[in-house]
Amino acid sequence: MRERAKARQQSAVADPQEPSSPAPPAGRSDREQLRELEIAALERDIAALSSLTDPSDATALDIERIRNEVAELKRDFYLHISPWQRIQLARHPQRPYTEDFIRLLFKNFSEIHGDRNFADDPALLTGMAWFRGQPVILIGSQKGRDTRQRVARNFGQAKPEGYRKALRAMQLAAKFARPVMVFVDTPGAYPGVDAEERGQAEAIARNLREMSRLPVPILITITGEGGSGGALAIAVGDRVFMLENSVYSVISPEGCASIMWRDATKAETAAQALKITATDLLEMKIIDEIVPEPEGGAHGDHAAAAKLLEPVLARALEELSRLSPRQLVDQRYEKFRRMGQFFA
Amino acid sequence: MTWFKREKKSIENPTPVDERRVRTEGLWIKCGACRAIIWKKDLEANWEVCPKCDHHFRLGARRRLELLFDDEFWTEFDAGLASSDPLLFSDTRPYAQRLRDAQRKLGMKDAILTAEGKLRGRQVTCCSMEFGFIGGSMGAVVGEKVARAVERSLAQKQPLVIISCSGGARMMEGTVSLMQLAKVAAALGRLDDARVPFISVLTDPTTGGVTASYAMLGDLNIAEPGALIGFAGPRVIEQTIRQKLPEGFQTAEFLLEHGFLDAVVSRKELKNYIAQAFEFFLGPA
Repeated sequence: MRERAKARQQSAVADPQEPSSPAPPAGRSDREQLRELEIAALERDIAALSSLTDPSDATALDIERIRNEVAELKRDFYLHISPWQRIQLARHPQRPYTEDFIRLLFKNFSEIHGDRNFADDPALLTGMAWFRGQPVILIGSQKGRDTRQRVARNFGQAKPEGYRKALRAMQLAAKFARPVMVFVDTPGAYPGVDAEERGQAEAIARNLREMSRLPVPILITITGEGGSGGALAIAVGDRVFMLENSVYSVISPEGCASIMWRDATKAETAAQALKITATDLLEMKIIDEIVPEPEGGAHGDHAAAAKLLEPVLARALEELSRLSPRQLVDQRYEKFRRMGQFFA
Repeated sequence: MTWFKREKKSIENPTPVDERRVRTEGLWIKCGACRAIIWKKDLEANWEVCPKCDHHFRLGARRRLELLFDDEFWTEFDAGLASSDPLLFSDTRPYAQRLRDAQRKLGMKDAILTAEGKLRGRQVTCCSMEFGFIGGSMGAVVGEKVARAVERSLAQKQPLVIISCSGGARMMEGTVSLMQLAKVAAALGRLDDARVPFISVLTDPTTGGVTASYAMLGDLNIAEPGALIGFAGPRVIEQTIRQKLPEGFQTAEFLLEHGFLDAVVSRKELKNYIAQAFEFFLGPA
């Protein structure tokens, strides 16, 4: 924290006429720590009270009162968390992943494997499924829950064959006029020798171009990490939603810190500077809507998170199904064409 | 002793002894590839290509246009577009200040020139990136200028050349930069639908978001010899796999071998190559 405050001071004094340093947020670390302690203390109280052998009505009331206080404090806590903390939530190991949303929102999922060129990429799932009785093509990043799964899923970092598989699935959707639903949660495209050899950049570029002119509705939901080109390669769509605690960025804060500050420990500062939260991106009109998460974050209750997402997807699908393919593609073009402000 | 007297006066204010040397600084350049010492004027006259070993030095955006357009004449577009610093970004220095410095140094508002003119008698649109401007990075201005150039090509049905030279998306404009990849790729989709030819020229270096959007979407993707081309930069990959990268990894020749380039074309052949390709696609100019 002290480092962050220092960095802010430096940037503020570097050029006094410069309007470019963001308004410093109120020092929240002390308050945060206080809140965390309060919550922990109250939860201990609950545990102590419930462990009494003969809970009378009075204790039951006490428990209820303290529970409410805890809920209140938690709500306040999550309302004011920093971008860096949002990243921690977006990367939470219990965060709902694509497979969870498939289980909770779709029926009869049948996976489509392989790019018909090289391999099947386990970091990116594609398949056929029914959403509220409607057949859709599903595409989503997939991370693992434990170490073995994480390695098998390559930490959710797709390789060229993953992006080519996604494109194949999308073209299938176009051919049979089925909408596409995408769940994005990836730290980025895999940066490795084999990925480069097989044309990571070409695979991403092609997806961007083809998604921009796919004649069926495309709904994007950023559910966790929206990591740069690797996320965008499956995120060109008619509607782009972000879960409340997800992030979407051109580079990871750690990467940005090591390049711009030449110091990876400045990641927290970079997270603030990059404006990667759903609220920031909605304001910049890069996304269309923020999908609320259950209190405390989606990791606490997958079913509740899915339930909050479902009506958003259903409404968008309904709206988009009224457009002709031409209108869809034109509106999608305009949507991305408008992105980016500048002085003319 | 008048016969020993000096007739001329001595030089007033002589140069101090330690400064008495011919100034050659900046006049000679050592080739990074063959270590030959080259007269700078020779190098310039040879379009920044080493006369000894054919090593391609980096060429500025303006000189690239001179290389391609007939009589070195063209009309520039959107020269006034400038970044609005959408995030009010500041790292060790404010982004606004970095922008001003780059603008002053290079006499351009952002990292790309977009222009139209004749190439061997055929009207073409050409975008040329400047690596000296914040690493040739793509923010909202570069994205917008390329998108406008693509739309101009589309409206005039005139072929497009984009010369890439970039480290990728511009971090200081955050997710706004990332969206430029999609914006330009979408515009190129329309150009593709309309069957207007587009040749992408990748020069040293072309990495990150630029490779992952327009640089790889040409009807023909060609590169200069030895150019570094990739998605993730070599340092990032080394950190990920914790191994030294093989010799020649991510060079133009490596990409050619792996099937991602149509040709490696030397700078002196570039104009011929492009003119001939357009003639193949569209017939004589």
